[in-house]
Amino acid sequence: MPSPLLEVKNLRVEFPTRRGTLVALDDISFDIAPGEILGVVGESGAGKSLTGSAIIGLLDPPGRVASGEIRFDGRRIDNLPYEDMRKVRGRQIGAIFQDPLTSLNPLYTIGRQLVETIQTHLPVNAAEARKRAIRLLEETGIPAAAARIDQYPHQFSGGMRQRVVIALALAAEPKLIVADEPTTALDVSIQAQIISLLKRLCKDHGAAVMLVTHDMGVIAETCDRVAVMYAGRIAEIGPVHDVIHSPAHPYTAGLMGSIPAMDDDRERLLQIDGAMPRLTAIPKGCAFNPRCPRAFERCRVERPELIAAGRTRAACWLHADTVKAAA
Amino acid sequence: MNMTADSTVATKPLVEVHDLSKTFDVSAPWLNRVVERKPRQFVHAVDGVSFAIERGKTLALVGESGCGKSTVARLLVGLYAPTRGRVSFDGVDTGATFKSADAQTLRRRMQMIFQDPYASLNPRWKVADIVGEPLREHGLVAGSGGLSSKVREDALKARVSELLQSVGMAGADVEKFPHQFSGGQRQRISIARALATQPEFLVCDEPTSALDVSVQAQVLNIMKDLQRKQGLTYLFISHNLAVVRHVSDQVGVMYLGRLVELADKLALFATPRHPYTRMLLDAIPDIHMSGRSRTPVQGEVPNPLNPPSGCSFHPRCPHANERCKQERPALQRLKGVLIACHGVEEGRI
Repeated sequence: MPSPLLEVKNLRVEFPTRRGTLVALDDISFDIAPGEILGVVGESGAGKSLTGSAIIGLLDPPGRVASGEIRFDGRRIDNLPYEDMRKVRGRQIGAIFQDPLTSLNPLYTIGRQLVETIQTHLPVNAAEARKRAIRLLEETGIPAAAARIDQYPHQFSGGMRQRVVIALALAAEPKLIVADEPTTALDVSIQAQIISLLKRLCKDHGAAVMLVTHDMGVIAETCDRVAVMYAGRIAEIGPVHDVIHSPAHPYTAGLMGSIPAMDDDRERLLQIDGAMPRLTAIPKGCAFNPRCPRAFERCRVERPELIAAGRTRAACWLHADTVKAAA
Repeated sequence: MNMTADSTVATKPLVEVHDLSKTFDVSAPWLNRVVERKPRQFVHAVDGVSFAIERGKTLALVGESGCGKSTVARLLVGLYAPTRGRVSFDGVDTGATFKSADAQTLRRRMQMIFQDPYASLNPRWKVADIVGEPLREHGLVAGSGGLSSKVREDALKARVSELLQSVGMAGADVEKFPHQFSGGQRQRISIARALATQPEFLVCDEPTSALDVSVQAQVLNIMKDLQRKQGLTYLFISHNLAVVRHVSDQVGVMYLGRLVELADKLALFATPRHPYTRMLLDAIPDIHMSGRSRTPVQGEVPNPLNPPSGCSFHPRCPHANERCKQERPALQRLKGVLIACHGVEEGRI
């Protein structure tokens, strides 16, 4: 097995506030192999976007990495000075955000933004950078790229803008792309185009992807592995097929059951009662225990670590027995 | 026009929409038009839409942003006045009624649920006032004139908690403000408010699009339970086909202001006829990874200010020919569904 491209170990992100410290992410550990697509899924407030921000070093203050470490290509990046991190970001780790309009500067032509990005990170002259920019736009499926490169973002439609943003993220040939809800702001017919584009380009360029989304369908179509997050922790992580078809964590099972699918004729959807706890009131023990249909005594007192469960790993005491049996 | 399935002709539909159109004037200001010689410009947001909804059934309208589905919703409840066409509710023409003295009665019978539960509830009002307002406005609190205000207030409170309980919330929540609730709870408050007037018809404009999936399931289940218990009729607007498949009886697919296909749910999802419907179905990510083959989706929705000639879908359609570019197809009954497509009519598709 190749050594991982990105290693996140026991990451803890805190927000100090006047009323005490909020622990937004706690004990997050995972890694991404070169060329792999890891999905991070969860409901609003689960901490999935925050995990992405922590990796690219763009946590909004007062948020900070309180403990744990993030390693990229074997080098620790969570404690780099701002200027050093700037060089990693863009060159080594590209980023794609949800709203393509706010990711682009409305006052510059997209050509200028692309050329600037390329020249910041790669030793090429202006003419060569422009040639590269046009080639990137062509690769992302923008028709008449040579002409459209001199247009402004407002002259592009939503789907076309997101293509430009993908071209920008790929401009410096990064090894990892952190894509935060890249299709959420787009229409369904455009979503499918963008997802397959992202998948194809990252494969062509050999870039690994961390795909943050709330859409399980997108995960199923795109990713190799998936991490399911709940209340700032990873509830389950494993190969996509296993997590979807035989979820080991009751939360994953509930999440899957609550999604109406095209091939099911249930009269009622499975529902998880209640809502995800706020960060100020995370329950003792397993954070999911008040909503969990299978919770028992231990879940209410002791917090579970990720435990091997079949081919996935789940933070759930239901699987504690299998560990004992194996030992 | 008979829009209903043959087995149910006997009952008259609750809502009938005929040739409904709405045009918005988006021209530049007068001075710019004169000085810069800019022409007047109009967007045909809804263009000749006709459908009918049976009592106790759900019609879903699907389509991408800008296809006019929300405009249809607003036209139905009277938030917009139609440019052309007619809506009749229980046999009464709503366009005339909304202007007459009977408007209040009509409004009581139809209510709307909006997409964003963060924007549709007044942040300065307590839940008791939010849900109680329609009761006060329509004079629906038990008893009339003779009762003291104290008795009336108590009756109002009791009714509000009853409404909250019907959507699965605690009666004690009446004293709270909207910010104290999560998105799903707020949407339930919106539903309770809509139910306050005991309407027969609910227009739901993307009621779960702003919600997380587990919360979406809660809201969809409540909506289905209420329909079964109270015999409600829904117009359900959504861009999520899987959700539509779950809640609806009939589905209308809209593209650039027009209905392109209208069929029973099972027929539409089993054998989609219109190329646009097929494209939408193909675009849904396959959550169970069954390895279903997908046709790549081409192009984007054109600018509604300048829609293509003929069939407005022809630039993206793999089956388009000369006729599709010239002549606009009419919605007609073909192979048991209503469809607007030359290809299907000619048997090419």
